[in-house]
Amino acid sequence: MATAAVTAERENYLNKEYGIRSWLLTTDHKRIALLYLISITFFFFIGGFFALLIRLELLTPAGDLVQADTYNKLFTMHGQVMVFFFLIPSIPAVLGNFLVPLMIGAKDLAFPRINLLSWYLYIIAGIMMVHCIVTGGVDTGWTFYTPFSTAFSNTKVIEAGLAIFVSGFSSILTGLNFVVTIHRMRAPGMTWSRLPLFIWAHYATSIIQLLGTPVIAITLVLVVFERAFNLGIFDPNRGGDPLLFQHLFWFYSHPAVYIMILPSMGVVTEIIPCFTRKRIFGYKFVAASSIGIAVLGFLVWAHHMFVAGISLYSAMIFSLLSYMVAVPSAIKVFNWTATMYKGSISFTTPMLYAFGFIGLFTMGGLTGLFLSALGIDVHVTDTYFVIAHFHYIMVGGAVMGYLAGMHFWWPKISGRMYPEWLGKFAALIVFLGFNLTFFPQFLLGYMGMPRRYWQYPPEFQVLNVLSTAGSTILAVGYILPMIYFLWSMRYGEPAPDNPWGASGLEWTTQSPPTTFNFEETPEVTWEAYDYEHIPAPEEVPVER
Amino acid sequence: MSDSPVAVETHTPELRHHFASAEQQRDASTFGMWLFLATEIMFFGGMFCAYLVYRFWYYNEFAAGSRSIDIWLGAINTAVLICSSLTVALGVRAAQMGKRKLLVALLLITMVFGLAFLGIKGIEWYQKFEEHHIPGNSFNVDDIIHDYPQIHIDPRHEQIFFSLYFAMTGLHALHMIIGVGIFTFLTYKAWKGAYSPSYYTPVEVGGLYWHFVDIVWIYLFPLLYLIDRKPLR
Repeated sequence: MATAAVTAERENYLNKEYGIRSWLLTTDHKRIALLYLISITFFFFIGGFFALLIRLELLTPAGDLVQADTYNKLFTMHGQVMVFFFLIPSIPAVLGNFLVPLMIGAKDLAFPRINLLSWYLYIIAGIMMVHCIVTGGVDTGWTFYTPFSTAFSNTKVIEAGLAIFVSGFSSILTGLNFVVTIHRMRAPGMTWSRLPLFIWAHYATSIIQLLGTPVIAITLVLVVFERAFNLGIFDPNRGGDPLLFQHLFWFYSHPAVYIMILPSMGVVTEIIPCFTRKRIFGYKFVAASSIGIAVLGFLVWAHHMFVAGISLYSAMIFSLLSYMVAVPSAIKVFNWTATMYKGSISFTTPMLYAFGFIGLFTMGGLTGLFLSALGIDVHVTDTYFVIAHFHYIMVGGAVMGYLAGMHFWWPKISGRMYPEWLGKFAALIVFLGFNLTFFPQFLLGYMGMPRRYWQYPPEFQVLNVLSTAGSTILAVGYILPMIYFLWSMRYGEPAPDNPWGASGLEWTTQSPPTTFNFEETPEVTWEAYDYEHIPAPEEVPVER
Repeated sequence: MSDSPVAVETHTPELRHHFASAEQQRDASTFGMWLFLATEIMFFGGMFCAYLVYRFWYYNEFAAGSRSIDIWLGAINTAVLICSSLTVALGVRAAQMGKRKLLVALLLITMVFGLAFLGIKGIEWYQKFEEHHIPGNSFNVDDIIHDYPQIHIDPRHEQIFFSLYFAMTGLHALHMIIGVGIFTFLTYKAWKGAYSPSYYTPVEVGGLYWHFVDIVWIYLFPLLYLIDRKPLR
């Protein structure tokens, strides 16, 4: 394979057919992954644009750039776009779509047309969301809390709610496709204990998507019914209970955090063994911890409601259960570090992002424990401490993992190498920019700066200026990979089939793969991460 | 691409290229529908959860509201849906045995049952509309309060019952409409002779969906119509 001449381009999924129809009507999981990549990148920059406006407003204590009403819309649409249109579909719909069939030795996902349908639903939802944004937007916060959203807000709650409802279907269909594919489409010999851990992570993610998303769907439908048809299910004037809304909302929206972070964990679990040239430490524990996070994730939602008026006893139980999520999370972190111990580590771009992920996820996770503690949670509820915490998970964790995976599999996706030095440079900028943006927010929150206000007392200004400065650096770090990925598609070195000397079936086929992925269905006779038997690339410092 | 999938494809045209065998394809399809039904359970589950909470809190209003909806129309609708489940099951059987005309007839009868259900449901809703029992500004349950002077009924809480009644039966009816749409498609394909003893997965999968929607009604009927039908003295 390695000797195959790359001068004459081999037939692959990218050059097999040309033209807009061949893309918009494709059922090839790899092309759909690229469609998703383009669309989520678009929404990432829309969400990022709102984030930068928020940070600009907070540069000065006075509310001088935008008014309070506009500010409410900015953080609402930042949250809704980033959560529902970028983070939820990010790794599953792009990397998962591309890699799940390749990693298990299948020709495609079980339901290719449903896969395409899921992208179209996402696009319909996206158009609704963009229309909602340009015609006025929403100001409820991404959480749609009632009764504000149902009775008082004068903004486009119905349209945003329906957009998220439709995007939820797209997410459900992706998850459904993955579960069926992983159960029914594995190549001969690809047993459950030989599956790459990326697959285990996506399996756990898909279960959450399947069981959680319908609950937010019905919750938003009821909110829409309440606004549109004057039903009263959450209306306190008629004896309806806003707390019921919060329970239903967080029943999905807490597990949704694990929809974002589990795939990132899967990515990191692929990258670390590859760049330490070792089998993963404790395969079974890492696999089981993914399922554990998915299961426990459904049992902790009320820790978002400690000050909302739930009973103290249920708060205590939810606090305890929230602590338990730390166990499978810590298993993962310890197993990654144990894998690196005495490994031949090479500091490539994906590995740098993976290092960043471990550190930032650990910080995000540990501050999560602060928030599960009833006493501290009361002190920091609705402050920037919470903002910093979940951005460490969602941006420091999920987005770092997404970028790690994009760099790791870009040679497979595009058939080209990106410039390594630029990759490392961008990884460094992202790491620095991220910490400069969000670490001051921990301090601000602990000092008492509340979230969702467009102005603040002057004594908070220094830390806010640091945070705003960091956000501009972070923006550069995010734009750079987009530029050099695009550049590499035309000018990058052609990628060999397996540039990293990685394990996994996706590296046994050509880069980029053909439409049907493999010349013939592979037969697996080896364990996952069999790095003892895989030759490392020349430049990797291993004992030969 | 090797030659083998092409050869298989000419043998069984329904087998899509990415499956190794017809059995794998059938397994995947039915498994996919079961998973989808699991998501549907969670979807309706949100409303059942709200129902549970409010029925516990506002029992009198729920019982009184339940008495005000027409038990006979509800019972007839329950019978209609059970019959439609039977014709679906028989239809799947007909597809397995390759009886094309019988399959088409049974699918059509199923759709007639489904449309009858929707029609009766529409009559019930219209009654509620006439009685001003639809939540909103013109909501008025003085008639219910007048009928049961011996129990305390808060008209605001009565709105919660009717909100849930309309949300639950409305979304159930939406599922019925989608089901009729699916069955229209299946009938057309069956008429064209697309299904045979070796390939009837769409009928089976569509049938699973239909049965699920029926089962939701089997829960909705007692929960909404039969809360407390004892004569009050």
